[in-house]
Amino acid sequence: MSEIKQVTGTGIPLLLDDIDTDRIIPARFLRCVTFDGLGDHAFEDDRQQDPNHPFDNPAYQNASVLIGGRNFGCGSSREHAPQSLIRWGIRAIIASSYAEIFFGNCTALGTPAVTAAPADLEKLAALVEEDPTREINVDVQTKKVTCGDFTCDVDILDSAREALLSGQWDFLNLLLQNEEKIRKTGGEVPYLNNFAV
Amino acid sequence: MTGTKNLFNKVWELHEVDTLPSGQSQLFIGLHLIHEVTSPQAFAMLRERGLKVMYPERTMATVDHIVPTDNQARPFVDLLAEQMMSEIEKNCREFGVTLLDINDDRQGIVHIVGPEQGLTQPGLTIVCGDSHTSTHGAFGAIAFGIGTSQVAGVLATQTLALGRPKVRRVEVNGELAPGVYAKDVTLHIIRKLGVKGGIGYAYEYAGTVFDNMTMEERMTVCNMSIEGGARCGYINPDQTTIDYLRDRPFSPKGEEFDRAAEWWLSLASGPDAEYDDVVVFDAAEIEPTVTWGITPGQSIGIGENIPTLDQFPKEDQAGINEAYKYMHLDAGQSLQGVNIDVAFIGSCTNGRISDLREAAQLVKGHHVAENVKALVVPGSQQVRKQAIEEGLDKIFIEAGFEWREAGCSMCLAMNPDKLQGDQMCASSSNRNFKGRQGSPTGRTLLMSPAMVAAAAINGHVTDVRQMLEPAGV
Repeated sequence: MSEIKQVTGTGIPLLLDDIDTDRIIPARFLRCVTFDGLGDHAFEDDRQQDPNHPFDNPAYQNASVLIGGRNFGCGSSREHAPQSLIRWGIRAIIASSYAEIFFGNCTALGTPAVTAAPADLEKLAALVEEDPTREINVDVQTKKVTCGDFTCDVDILDSAREALLSGQWDFLNLLLQNEEKIRKTGGEVPYLNNFAV
Repeated sequence: MTGTKNLFNKVWELHEVDTLPSGQSQLFIGLHLIHEVTSPQAFAMLRERGLKVMYPERTMATVDHIVPTDNQARPFVDLLAEQMMSEIEKNCREFGVTLLDINDDRQGIVHIVGPEQGLTQPGLTIVCGDSHTSTHGAFGAIAFGIGTSQVAGVLATQTLALGRPKVRRVEVNGELAPGVYAKDVTLHIIRKLGVKGGIGYAYEYAGTVFDNMTMEERMTVCNMSIEGGARCGYINPDQTTIDYLRDRPFSPKGEEFDRAAEWWLSLASGPDAEYDDVVVFDAAEIEPTVTWGITPGQSIGIGENIPTLDQFPKEDQAGINEAYKYMHLDAGQSLQGVNIDVAFIGSCTNGRISDLREAAQLVKGHHVAENVKALVVPGSQQVRKQAIEEGLDKIFIEAGFEWREAGCSMCLAMNPDKLQGDQMCASSSNRNFKGRQGSPTGRTLLMSPAMVAAAAINGHVTDVRQMLEPAGV
């Protein structure tokens, strides 16, 4: 499992609030048994209705840092949402806030989702719109985002930061190490004990 | 946590296996519910790593999202859906998990099946790869949705890694007026606290309104916690909870039930329990509530008009304009009289027998308006069976509704039930997101099942109170 200390790449601005996971990946694309190919359908319905959607803009096709608004990823728990963004090319997200399940899914997939002040997000979006070849550096270690001369503080939940930095963001291995303790807790909860007093 | 613990913290601490290096808790899961959409990749991860399901007896599967609600003959017409069905059948066989399949009369929407079968009990930690898992909190369980990687983790270890949220007590006191239902209460709370107001919190719903609710009403409220940003919401167990659970197939029996009931009641937050936040609402302020926009927080009481742009803070205005435009609705207009094309009664929010009874009572002796496609989709085969025993199916069919098999149906349209073009749908479901009901331009007005029934009959959004008999008669 690789340590994720920073992500560097060009940006793609999508400064809308309350972007829900149905918009990120419409439900009909969840009719699948693998996550393969989901990248082609990220924001599919939004893109069909908006000829200027950033995900269709040739200038952003190589972008890997998504700049979002408030409550990003709200709604359904579908991991297909971050999977589709990652498979499209996104490796880090900077937004004002995230829905919790979406945030947890991003972390579990090794994708830093950091929060920034709205004014800083607007500034970043403006810089990227002005010159889409500008690189953005998302530093999980120092909790800073840099784009050319512009730098701002960002935040990320301590537990997610720790998991990314230590390379333990895929929790499964960690959880598996505790089998004895798991069996112990499982043996003590009243409902697995005939509710014995 | 100092002082007397609330239910959330009591149940959380009982399930803590360890503290992980990240600072999160490793939490034991009492019940893992799975369905066909978010589990295939998780089983694949287990297979890749050569892992087994650690507690198959605490894992229960059913099928709901992709299930067609009309022609259920196998193989399904939709071959992708058929592939998903075959996959969960194969996975459950291979890993020893019980599957309530489509030919099992216990099948239905996972959040309706769990409570109905008595699998959902107070004091459990319950997860499912589905955000509406919050429904099960109605029993005083800690229940929340997880992603597929976490589903794999829970299958393999019966645990997951999670930081403990804060707890907000959401009190609603007083009495609900006639025509005001659990759905209106939850829509009102989301409207007032916002769609992201609950981020970082578990909601404890308390106060006389919830005390007086049936279990089914409590489930409706807890179900939509996630729409307000709260990953889980719960209600303290009481006599109503115990009465509901007695004699359910998976409930404890005999003396064991009595011991269980005693433990369940002991979990409830005491009068001096502490909270990170408390908000209080007055039931008298709640009207039949309907969404007008593209988030579940964009709603109004049916007597109000859609708010104008200047009533919102500047940072919200872009989103509000987007909502007016998408919904083809204007600032300042009333929702009453807005024409609908489709009426949908069903979903994990409002697909239970009490919801069908409320709706049937209204449609009896009326007929669905011309040009309105109306469907009733029971949340489970058991709900469907019960409704047929009570003759509700006949009432709906005679009134011009389509009477369907159990499933998620048009709530999220992963099956053949979908809106077409920019159809407007009066819906008893939980999300009015853009494109949610299967058409990229389809429009959703969320409301109670009774309000959907009223809209279906009139062909437009109607204040259901005008159709109810005067109180006391």
